[in-house]
This record gives sequence, structure tokens and C-alpha cells, in this order.
Amino acid sequence: MGRRVLVTGLATFWGGRLAQALEDDPSVDVIIGLDTKEPTVRLERTEFVRTDESYSILARIVRATKVDTVLHTFLVVDPGAAEARRMHEINVIGTMNLCAAVSAPGSAVRTLVLKSFTGVYGSSKEDPTFFAEDTPRPNPPRHRSELSLTEVEQYVCDLGTDDPDIAVSVLRFANVLGPDITTTLTRLLELPAVPAVFGFDPRLQFVHEDDVVRALRFAMDHRLRGAYNVAGDGLLPWSEVIAMVGKRPLYLPPFATDVFAGAGRWVGIPPMPPEAVALLKFGRGVDTRKLRAAGFTYLFDTPGAIADHVGALRLRRTVGESTPDYRYDEDVEAFFRRSTAVLTAVADERH
Amino acid sequence: MQTGTQLARTNDSATLPVVAPRAEPVTRSAPRRSDVDTWGRSERARSLARSLFSPVYDLWFRAEWEGLEHIPGDGGALLVANHAGAVPPDAPVIMHGIETELRRPVYGLAAHLFRDMPVVGTVWSRMGGVVGHPDNAYRLLHDEGQLVLVFPEGTKGPAKHVRERYQLQRFGRGGFVEIAMRSGVPIVPIAVVGAEEAMPIVASMPKAARRFGLPYLPVTANMLLGPLGAVTYFPAKFRLRVLEPVHFNVPADQDRYSRSKVMEASEDIRLRIQSALYDMLRTRRSIWH
Repeated sequence: MGRRVLVTGLATFWGGRLAQALEDDPSVDVIIGLDTKEPTVRLERTEFVRTDESYSILARIVRATKVDTVLHTFLVVDPGAAEARRMHEINVIGTMNLCAAVSAPGSAVRTLVLKSFTGVYGSSKEDPTFFAEDTPRPNPPRHRSELSLTEVEQYVCDLGTDDPDIAVSVLRFANVLGPDITTTLTRLLELPAVPAVFGFDPRLQFVHEDDVVRALRFAMDHRLRGAYNVAGDGLLPWSEVIAMVGKRPLYLPPFATDVFAGAGRWVGIPPMPPEAVALLKFGRGVDTRKLRAAGFTYLFDTPGAIADHVGALRLRRTVGESTPDYRYDEDVEAFFRRSTAVLTAVADERH
Repeated sequence: MQTGTQLARTNDSATLPVVAPRAEPVTRSAPRRSDVDTWGRSERARSLARSLFSPVYDLWFRAEWEGLEHIPGDGGALLVANHAGAVPPDAPVIMHGIETELRRPVYGLAAHLFRDMPVVGTVWSRMGGVVGHPDNAYRLLHDEGQLVLVFPEGTKGPAKHVRERYQLQRFGRGGFVEIAMRSGVPIVPIAVVGAEEAMPIVASMPKAARRFGLPYLPVTANMLLGPLGAVTYFPAKFRLRVLEPVHFNVPADQDRYSRSKVMEASEDIRLRIQSALYDMLRTRRSIWH
């Protein structure tokens, strides 16, 4: 019998990507996607279930569908992406309900993969150059996205301890680059002049969006246990990243940078949360040998991920958005999924 | 639920024999635009700094080494030296000397004091400065086999009054010994004469230092030169003696090392440097020779 997989956050970039990748895998029998909104990518055999943000109905779904694997991608890791209240609701309350559903009697879940962020290590002057999975932070988490993710990881780890039958893996991804991803950092890189903090040239590490999806599937297939850093090899100075994008830096003052970054709104700089300012001062690197030792290989290292991102950026500047936005239409989807008239056409069309 | 294609695909793979195992994916990279390594050090920046510093090294400090052959030509080693002078000149002198003589990079472990100073922190990092975190030391020494320089006295060395010159301060809690044991590398002690007199401290302002968040704020004799004194060293003669490497016959990669063994080794290395310093001072004609 094939696997039965539940993906949270189907309408998010990662949920959609992951579901698409799982659809191509014949060993996956059932894919169920949860979200508050309709999926934004075309899916062929994924079942979409609408929920509220904190997944109050999740226990029922888990029981009814007998899923054996949960891929928890519905987390706000980019503090610029949601305001505090919503982030707490999605991350902490959502994960709490998810853990409760997964460990409830009647649940068949044996694998849980959490898509976390290397942001849990923070970014400060006392940091080691490479954080290993078990390196303690020099300072306790301070910013709200760090606090939120730390709490989420704690819930998920506790689940793994309480129920040793469930393989719980926590993948901590570095900042993501790639042709399609949009984050606070990619928005900064698209500005005519890229914000940098004067007198600081932090080293950053990136992971390619394709490697993110591959790593999540790798963790699921190998039922990894524990925390793993996921990032391409190499640490590059922010100045070099800006040069690779072909831009010039826009220097923010090194003192009271948060204030000036906040004021950047008036000149069209996207909001830079304090986490991003700290990153542009002290950078962050992670030790990725644990996942590699488990057998994972990367498609891109850090310079490769940047180059691929830049190439896509340049192409888009010339030809515009290549793919029109997909629109979810319930009747159409139901027809394609359930009608006996549909044979193979859909699958062929997507490729 | 499976669609037609998936069924067809599964059938295909069932009938066709597997010809070759799937190839490992190739990691795509891209050309770099700078030579800044993962530690933040840039060989280009170092070589520029060396050419700027070499007149100071050769003509001002007239640095002279003995026992350079004790520093291994390859593999990791932890270089341990005494630390002195209000703005300690010993670190650049040691790094310059070893890099020019042995043509090996030297990474300097230090407190994170500089990292949040704009420009200073970046320059420090490009010059080979690395935050003194045990993970960093282990990776540099054990995994990468680099030369790493530490000053176990920390800021207690440079902060001391000129009256106490060449009196080695406490060597912390022996963390450097533990790191060398864990990394399985030798410690190479270096005794430095000259740094103390290059910028001697005649008074200290602990209250003001606390206000600025600095470990110490000195009044130096160099300040007699006026504002220039903040950046000008006296031309004290530098003599550096590299002592016999200390090997530890304990297995590497242990979780814990006996505290007494660590402290004993730490004290032993401190005494070796101390007695080498006394020996060098006995034969020194004057500060300038």
C-alpha cells in the first residue's frame, strides 16, 4: 500500500510545490492538502480541504483519512509576511492542534516533517560561524518570529519524545532563493539599490527552492528523526550577493538601523523587520553535514542558488511573468478529479 | 486514487529491467566575485594589509623570530601567545610574520567585541578575525587543519598597567587546552617581547570604560604625542620566540576532558611562556634593541 500524505498550507508556495512533487510519485497513494485559501497551483490528484488557520477540524481529517505522513509547511517564517497576531495563530496554535490531532487515538500518522527556518538560531555578534543542529544560541530568542518558531519546534519535538513510534523531523532551511520564491530578502534584491548596513558585510547562506522541496521529501522518505539544517554550501558576503544581482548597495546607518529601516517605507523600501536588520549586520551560517551524512545531495550550493535566482529575475524583467496565475475552480477541479471521462489528459497537459 | 499515466508508468518500470542506478545529482555552483572565505577572511585583503604593514614590521618594530620551525607546515595547530599593549600590536605582528614566512593563513580567535563596530568589525573579519566560539575553533583546527592564534589572557593582558609588564595574567579557564585536545592538534606557545612597550598603559579609567561598554579604557604613554598617540606605537623592538609544541596524549573528540588535566596543561603552557619571556628579557639590551 502506498503512502497517504497530508500537506498543511496547500495554498502557500511550499504546500503547492510539495503537493505537485508528491503527485509525480507513484508510491504516494493519497495526498490531502489543507488550507484556508484555494490552492494557487494546478493540482491533479491532491484533495483540497478548506480549514480555519488553527486547524480545529484536523483531528477529524486525520482520523477519517488514515494519513500516515504529515508534512507541516504552513508556518510563517518570514516576519514580514504576517502581523504578530496572525503569525501566532498560524504557527503556535496551528501546530498545537496539529500535534494533538497526530497523537490522538485513532491517528495512523507515523511520520511528521516540519518545515522550519534557520532563523531559530537568531543572528548576533556572539554567534559561531556555523550553527550545528545542537549548538545552543548565545542569546535567548528575542524577536517574535524567532520566539514563535522556537515554540513550534518545541511542540513538535515533544511529540517525537512522547510518541517514539512517530518519526519527527525538523528541517531548518536557510533563506531561500530561486526562480519563483518571494521573501523579504528577495524583495530587497529587486530594489534598484539594495539595502545594506554601512560598515557591515555579513556572510549569508542560501538554499535553492528546489532543494527545499527535495529535502522535505527526503525527510519523509527516509523518516529522519530530529533536527537537520538545510542550506547550500558556502557563505557569501552580502556585498557579493548584491554584486551578483548586478545592483549597488544602499547604505543604512549602522546605528538605530531599525528606525531608519522602518522609515524606508516612505521611499519604497519594503518593510524590514528587526530580524532582517540583524541578519544584514551579523549574517548566519549553518553546519549542513548532518543531512548530507544522511545521504542528501544538493542541486545548488549557495553561489549556484543566487545565480539561478538572478537569472530568473533578469528573464522576468525582459519577458514579464511567464505563467498566468492559476485559478482554482471547484467544479472544474471536481470534474477533472472524479469524472470517469478524464483519462490521462490532465497529467500530460501539466508537463 | 491513481490516474492512467501513473498506472502506465508503474507498469513500464515493472516490465523494463533497471539498467543503471539513478545518478547522483550534480550540485550547481556559480563563479565567485570575491575571495572572502566562509570565515570572512580574504587573502586579497590580507595581502594588501601585509604590504602596508611590512614597513612597520620590518623598520619600526624590526620583528625578529626564533624557533619558527616549531610551527607545523601543514595540519592544524593552536598558537598561544602572551597579549600586551593598550591596542595590542602582537596579533598583527604574529599573523604577518607567520603568513610571510610559512605562507599559511592564520586565523585569530577573539572576543566578539569588534563585531558590532561598523567598518572595524568587517575589516577585522577580512583580516582573519574569527569569533572565539568553541565550534569555530574546532572546525578550523580539526576539520580544516588551519593555524589558529589565541591569547588566553583575553583582555586582562592588554589592560594591565605598565608596572606589571611581562607578568602573564591568568589563562582563563583553560578552554584553549580543551579545544586543542578535542581537535587533536598540538599547542604551539609563542613568547612575544616588545608589545608591552609599544603602547604602555600608565593609567586606566574603569568607570568611563563601563559607560562605553568597553573592557578597559586606558591612558597610554603614547598620548604624549597628542591625538596621533592613539594610533602611533613606540618603535619597541619585537622579539618572538616559538617554543616546543605541546602534544597531548589524550584521544580527540571526547565529550569531556578531566578538568584537572586541562588546568594543569594550561598552567604548564603559561609557565613555559613566562620563563621564556624572562629569559628573553635577561638578554635584552634595551627596549629599542
